[in-house]
Amino acid sequence: MLTATDLACVRGDRRLFAGLGFTLESGGRLHVTGANGSGKTSLLRILCGLSPAEAGEIRWQGETIADLGDEYRKTVLYLGHHNALKEELTALENLRTTAALAGVAVADAQGVELLERVGLAGREELPVRFLSQGQKRRVALARLLWSPASLWILDEPFVALDSAAVTWLAEIVSGHLRGGGMAVLTSHQEVAIGGGVAQTLKLSP
Amino acid sequence: MRKDATAQPSGTFGVLGAVVRRDLLLALRRKSEVLTSLFFFVIVVSLFPLGIGPEMGLLRIIAPGVLWVAALLAAMLSLSRLFAADYSDGTLEQMLLSPAPLGLLVTGKIIAHWLVAGLPLVLIAPLLGLQYDLAPRALGVLMLSLLIGTPLLSLLGAIGAALTLGVRGGGVLLSLLTLPLYIPALIFGAGAVEADISGLGAAGHLSLLAALLALAAFFAPWATTAALRVALE
Repeated sequence: MLTATDLACVRGDRRLFAGLGFTLESGGRLHVTGANGSGKTSLLRILCGLSPAEAGEIRWQGETIADLGDEYRKTVLYLGHHNALKEELTALENLRTTAALAGVAVADAQGVELLERVGLAGREELPVRFLSQGQKRRVALARLLWSPASLWILDEPFVALDSAAVTWLAEIVSGHLRGGGMAVLTSHQEVAIGGGVAQTLKLSP
Repeated sequence: MRKDATAQPSGTFGVLGAVVRRDLLLALRRKSEVLTSLFFFVIVVSLFPLGIGPEMGLLRIIAPGVLWVAALLAAMLSLSRLFAADYSDGTLEQMLLSPAPLGLLVTGKIIAHWLVAGLPLVLIAPLLGLQYDLAPRALGVLMLSLLIGTPLLSLLGAIGAALTLGVRGGGVLLSLLTLPLYIPALIFGAGAVEADISGLGAAGHLSLLAALLALAAFFAPWATTAALRVALE
């Protein structure tokens, strides 16, 4: 269970939000909406522990995420605006090194299979710089397939994806929710994600 | 439904090895970046004998200083890229969120930086030392001092690279921050070669250099980690 109480965020001299709170149960999904610059990304970064909150606290299973440290990071998967891919490396190498950095070993054959599932069959050995934006995003999204994390924090996951991939991703997320996982996501597109209890949090500037 | 069957966690050293392997692979794919600092070292060191002329006595005296200063500058050339690429493509964020300690990942990056930017300098230094008419023994001491000294340069440089991450005009700032930190390495490194040439024995200087390396190996990853966390807030 993820609980946020009384969160506040200040960027420069602007208060983006204050007194923000929510509770996310197992199988729950939080959809963060709001105009550009309303602090969606800032909230997501605070939730995964990258930036400190100006005020308030975040608890995972009753303990603050600062106290949990590594334990919390094991349960979180964050997908930001950046794909965290190396242009010079192939899709397969990217997938394997990303996994290794997260402490998960993925063998070559498994990597090929995972890339096939994100729709990149036959492009495993191509340096990522030759892939299109959408294909790069797919390589980044392959992380959802091997990560043992139970809390997915996805910042605009549908950007650059074609409609088939959007449907595919929505299914992956609902599968994760049905399996007892949680997801926090932002999206400007209306995407139907089945399964789980949905909440919406609207940030207003 | 699927994922747990395909993946097993790898150990602490698995993560360290993965970072080193990744950075070496990247260096291999961008050879020009690696070769730039090596050629810089070779050219700077070779310019002095050309400019001064065949005055062997003078060249022998300035050799340790010139070689060491050139090594400092060459090591610094590649520093700005240590974290910059990982920062701009989002990999650094993922490293911060990795369950593995960030200090370990940073250590991996420093090791890789040394293998790519430091070790080649050590290996080519004796060849360049010949231009300065250094005795074989002095060449050996020069190599040894660089072998202990270049990892120290990578460690200290990582602190500077992390502190200047995302700062506009960070390159110049990086030099201003790191070069003063390099002074002890320069004094003891060049001092070791000088001491050997003058027959005093290099052991004292080399042990002090090794002590600095041990100290930096302990503190530098920690300081770098702290700086990276601030840079990414």
